[in-house]
Amino acid sequence: MGIDVPWPRPGTLRTSLALAGAGFRRWATYRQAMLAGAFTNTIFGFLRCSVMLAVAGGAGGVAAGYRGPQLVTYVWVGQGLLAVVQLWGWTELADRVRTGDVQCDLLRPIHPVLTYLTADLGRAAFAMCTRFAAPLVVGALAFQLYVPHRLTTYPLALVSVLAATVVSFGVRYLVNLSAFWLLDIRGVLVAWLLCANVLTGLYFPLAFLPGWVQPILWYGTPFPSILQAPVDVLVERGSEAHQLSILAVQLGWAAAVLALAVLVQRRAERRLVVQGG
Amino acid sequence: MAEHPRTTAYRALLVAQVRAQTQYRFSFWLDAVSSSVVSLLDIVAVLVLFRATPALGGFSVRQCLLIASLGNVAFSLADAVVGNIDTMRQYIRTGRLDSILLRPMGVLPQLVFGDFAPRRLGRVLQSGLVLAGTLIWLDPQWTAGRVVLVVAAPLAGAVIFGSVFVAGSTVAFWFVESGEFANAFTYGGRDFTLYPISIYPGWFRKIFAYGLGFAFVAYYPALALLGVPDPLGAPPALAWCSPLIALPAVLAAALVWRVGVRHYRSTGS
Repeated sequence: MGIDVPWPRPGTLRTSLALAGAGFRRWATYRQAMLAGAFTNTIFGFLRCSVMLAVAGGAGGVAAGYRGPQLVTYVWVGQGLLAVVQLWGWTELADRVRTGDVQCDLLRPIHPVLTYLTADLGRAAFAMCTRFAAPLVVGALAFQLYVPHRLTTYPLALVSVLAATVVSFGVRYLVNLSAFWLLDIRGVLVAWLLCANVLTGLYFPLAFLPGWVQPILWYGTPFPSILQAPVDVLVERGSEAHQLSILAVQLGWAAAVLALAVLVQRRAERRLVVQGG
Repeated sequence: MAEHPRTTAYRALLVAQVRAQTQYRFSFWLDAVSSSVVSLLDIVAVLVLFRATPALGGFSVRQCLLIASLGNVAFSLADAVVGNIDTMRQYIRTGRLDSILLRPMGVLPQLVFGDFAPRRLGRVLQSGLVLAGTLIWLDPQWTAGRVVLVVAAPLAGAVIFGSVFVAGSTVAFWFVESGEFANAFTYGGRDFTLYPISIYPGWFRKIFAYGLGFAFVAYYPALALLGVPDPLGAPPALAWCSPLIALPAVLAAALVWRVGVRHYRSTGS
């Protein structure tokens, strides 16, 4: 099963685009679920936004370097990004390992990591148009959002969101790969959710944490690159150089988790026992 | 004395579920540990916010912790008993609810026992310990009334949360792909009860605090325990109204549940 050089092959690009398109269309069919999800994100936007404004109010307008409108944008963009990076509940690969369907993935001429990544990027593109946009519109109507001043922020934020999606995909893929060893990944999944909720900056901006914790989180773990990074780029926390350094950290983590996913995939394939039936 | 056959059946369901989950030992323990940390995080989050501000809506860190830990006990109790009900939307979508309706047992207990997770009990214990710790730190002047309140409020709060869980799950009877819709009110309700209700915008507060009754889970009882007047100007007697809110909540949830089950048409897959 060893495919040693996974990436460039003739026709790979065309196939990848087709897979991304399929990912986009697949998610576009779950309209009720999409609406329900956007509604829930919006309610949580109101809850978290109220808390953050109370924090800013109690701190005299600026909390850990964020002004009120920046915190408002942090909350609403965060609620929108949740669905784009799909922070919660992706068990598709693990389910395929458990049922044995995963053997079909290994027979395809494209590396499984690339197949799943492109489909996931298609899904993320659909989420950008719907789940990201919906809470942001409500947030803009109900609260005063922070609008970026520098023109360069917009393309930088877009690249940051893309990198965040790839990092999130890589970690989720690794979590799912653990099914090859454990079969039941309930425990790993809860542990991932725990990290996803707190260490990505969803519950509170990571800048609220003590100073010595922050470099450990940013450089030592991929989690801040998934949510806090694109938000910090968008609300223009620090100078342009700071934004670029955030992007560099994200791209580093994206490369690292993808490489790890390919490596672990190779080890996992050796463990695969396809049961008859 | 012979047991009622239905009790035996429920117990068999429960035991099978616990055995199934403990088969994969590493996964089980990781799940158990992570789950008890999860609810502790709500409390940690409050403490982290107070690193950035000295006061939240006019309340100090100790006062906010009492509100948060009261809400946490109520939520984890409700979650341990009926929290599984949010898997019902999968039962409806896949058509597995049909097999549950065919069995000569109640639909609700089957769903609740059928996917029981032992780790949820650990969460109740852990949130209870946090509440006890907060009360020791606060050291309110104990009266007989306050002792009753500190026991009754989380129980009434759990009933309110449980009603929202059950009523929320029935949405899937009408909208099969309802996804996370109910989470807005169950987990959203949990987040709402963690903080003083004075921080929320007016109309939003009206819906969650009074429409869904979440102000009676932690906020009003906490004010009475602290001996602090409501900055919004509500009469202090509201602290004692939690059971009065819980009762109609249960009745409403039971009614919605009944209508939902009658309305059920299989997805036919």
